[in-house]
Amino acid sequence: MNSELAHITGSVIISQNKVYKDGELIWEHDPKAEISVFMRAAYDQFSGQYPKFHKMDALSKLGWLAAEVLVKDSDIATCKPEEVGLLLSNRSSSLDTDVRYFETVKEFASPALFVYTLPNIVMGEISIRHGFKGENTFFVSDSFDADLMSNYASQLMATTSLKRCLVGWVEVMEQQYEVTMFLIGDKAHGLAQPLTAKALTSLYHNK
Amino acid sequence: MNDLKAQIIEQLNLQEVTPENIGNDQPLFSKEGLGLDSIDALELIVLLQQHYNIRITNPDDGPKIFHSVRSMAEYISANQTIQA
Repeated sequence: MNSELAHITGSVIISQNKVYKDGELIWEHDPKAEISVFMRAAYDQFSGQYPKFHKMDALSKLGWLAAEVLVKDSDIATCKPEEVGLLLSNRSSSLDTDVRYFETVKEFASPALFVYTLPNIVMGEISIRHGFKGENTFFVSDSFDADLMSNYASQLMATTSLKRCLVGWVEVMEQQYEVTMFLIGDKAHGLAQPLTAKALTSLYHNK
Repeated sequence: MNDLKAQIIEQLNLQEVTPENIGNDQPLFSKEGLGLDSIDALELIVLLQQHYNIRITNPDDGPKIFHSVRSMAEYISANQTIQA
């Protein structure tokens, strides 16, 4: 079921050290740079002045960066905190950080790593940054499930107080990462298109 | 105390802070100070164990020990003397 109340109003793709917004390449970094170097450079480019970024794990950093770019210049600030939700998914859950945490357990278990051993923490970091207090859900699946994500987001928009929802795929394992995030709104404007699985799939592969 | 400041920066991954930015008596956990949180407090406990082999046995001592870099340094000095 896809609600007529839900529209895709923006997209961000972060892949191969490049950042695309609404299909346009807006920034790129040395393609050979390691993920940690790329994420720091992207932080300097798109944000700064948020020291907690440096304490996040890679999953949270990538999702946080995508949200930073997606929300900028949007009308999301006109919504009440409980009117903005998140619906994210990935393949590896928090395994990238789970492995790092396990390595520390042999000597001194790291509290700072432990708090990132759940995949939904990325949604908490984004919510803290922007003050979102709406529904949020994280799914783990082998690949981006456009049917599930479009139907679930449509249901959220139709049956809850949500007027905006960040929907996407935030995957990272060691040096391999892939981020696609969409802004879903209850009003169509600009390049907006109805929220459907076909539209999400098309935008997801547009990189 | 500069060594301790450098250790705190490394342990807490404070990438936008230098030892010179941290005052000896600056509160570590207030917004006027470094603005550390409860997870940072746990990391500081790990730092004392890793670098100085000091275990804090009474949790109630935490706020006093971790008030500032100076209070941490004094606690380390006192406990290292006792251990020696």
